[in-house]
Amino acid sequence: MSQLKSLMKEGMWGNNPALVQLLGLCPLLAVSSTVTNALGLGIATLLVLVGSNVTVSLVRNWVPKDIRIPVFVMIIAAFVTIIQLLMNAYTFGLYQSLGIFIPLIVTNCAIIGRAEAFASKNNALLSAWDGIMMGLGFAMVLLVLGAMREILGQGTLFDGANLLLGDWATILRIELFKLDSQFLVAILPPGAFLGLGLLIAGKNVIDEQLKAKATPTDAPEKAPRARVTSLT
Amino acid sequence: MKLSMASSPHNHSQKSVRSLMITVICACIPGILTQAYFFGFGVLIQLVIALVTASAVEAAILKLRNKPILPALNDGSAWLTAVLLAISIPPLAPWWITVIGIIFAIAMVKQLYGGLGFNIFNPAMGAYVLLLIAFPVQMTSWMPAEQLLTTAIPLSDQLALIFTQMNGTGLTLDDVRVNADGVTMATPLDAIKTAVSQNYTVSEAMLGMQFSDYAGIGWQWVNVAYLLGGIYLIKTKVINWHIPVSLIATLAICSAIGYIVSPGTQAGSAFHLFSGATMLGAFFIATDPVSACTTDKGRLIFGAAIGLLIYLIRHFGGYPDAVAFAVLLMNMAVPLIEHYTQPRTYGHGAKK
Repeated sequence: MSQLKSLMKEGMWGNNPALVQLLGLCPLLAVSSTVTNALGLGIATLLVLVGSNVTVSLVRNWVPKDIRIPVFVMIIAAFVTIIQLLMNAYTFGLYQSLGIFIPLIVTNCAIIGRAEAFASKNNALLSAWDGIMMGLGFAMVLLVLGAMREILGQGTLFDGANLLLGDWATILRIELFKLDSQFLVAILPPGAFLGLGLLIAGKNVIDEQLKAKATPTDAPEKAPRARVTSLT
Repeated sequence: MKLSMASSPHNHSQKSVRSLMITVICACIPGILTQAYFFGFGVLIQLVIALVTASAVEAAILKLRNKPILPALNDGSAWLTAVLLAISIPPLAPWWITVIGIIFAIAMVKQLYGGLGFNIFNPAMGAYVLLLIAFPVQMTSWMPAEQLLTTAIPLSDQLALIFTQMNGTGLTLDDVRVNADGVTMATPLDAIKTAVSQNYTVSEAMLGMQFSDYAGIGWQWVNVAYLLGGIYLIKTKVINWHIPVSLIATLAICSAIGYIVSPGTQAGSAFHLFSGATMLGAFFIATDPVSACTTDKGRLIFGAAIGLLIYLIRHFGGYPDAVAFAVLLMNMAVPLIEHYTQPRTYGHGAKK
């Protein structure tokens, strides 16, 4: 039970794929211009991540070590194809607005990273849970970034939510304020970089404060080390 | 007899950060006055807005960072950033343009990197590019020189345009610009670019009424004024000659070659040197002591590359002027340039 909890904490916060591992930045930065796009890509990535993690975990004992990466990529590609076809069938508008970034989920390092670092070493249940949590962590950052950019750039939230959720969702659209001149930068790629930088900075500030609260004594500071993935 | 022993260095420079910044600001004054003469008092209003905002933002961020406020405010670097940004944006731009620009310049480009001395990019130009990309309409709405207007815009209208985006009779800036002479008048660089894209020759474009013999009316004198200010800065040794000279020389050579190869589509050197922000960029912006190169050889390369980029972007790029983009691009290259141009330390690494 405690392992499930620690996996949850790792995925959502401590080893968040977007904020800490900085993996999968290409789709993260490219499609977070509105909440709807962000939510669509977040869910797609989440589903692929869970599917690939479970499958990789199930076949992990039969895959020779030398060719594991190609095998993992094939598995991921299969799940991405499934998701792509499903989105094409049921959320065609969103499928069009996400465009090339749906097939590009295959190359999202966060997914292959979890397959390699976690799923190939753990059983299917834990891997599924890890996939859910990592996917949620990724989707959460996408959502926050999408909301920041949509509010600043258009003054709205959930614009075009009907593309993802069906026609009833048009009522979700919230117009926060009307801008005479849009803050275009927020919607353009530079806004994504600025926004993500601010989010990472914000996370680090919170971590520092939590650490300061936890250890009031002055412990000797270790040399800073960039951690890419955690193996446990 | 008491002999006092002084340790090296024996030759003191009396320059502090503050005196350097104040000198640079003073050297801007002729240019600012010329700008005010040709393009209206708007630039002075923008200056006031920018200075106030810059002081407030700098103080607020320093407070957040738990740093002493007064010493950093007093060194004048925030004011210099404010001045450089205020003279770069159109004089009648809405007030929030300046405010957003200054907040970005001070908070993000300067303080987030660690404050004065740590910023990789030139704060004023970073903010200028942000504004240009975010608000292209407002940032390109330059009025033609006042001498070309049928009726000058009174000060009260200029104030109203900046703060409410409408003049006393309810006209927006776009209406005022069109009312001046029936057509919107683009800046000289913009006019040339548009004309060439419509298959006119440069000499045909230069028949437009915003041009005089060499460059745009007003613009060329603004550039001359900044050139004078820049020469004063070199004379007082606030800046070195390397960056401005190599920048201007490269821009002149490139545009001369372009003019010789294709006189119909390219304006000559004189036009490029005295249009847009060339002189301001060469003497005041590219020479920023923090974000520019610090080795002499590096400065020559830095300046030359900016000159080349200005020419390339002006001629082939999508924007009419290019000083801000060129400076930011080369700011990124500064560590690399410095790595390869370190001067030899005395006693080390001599040729065998």
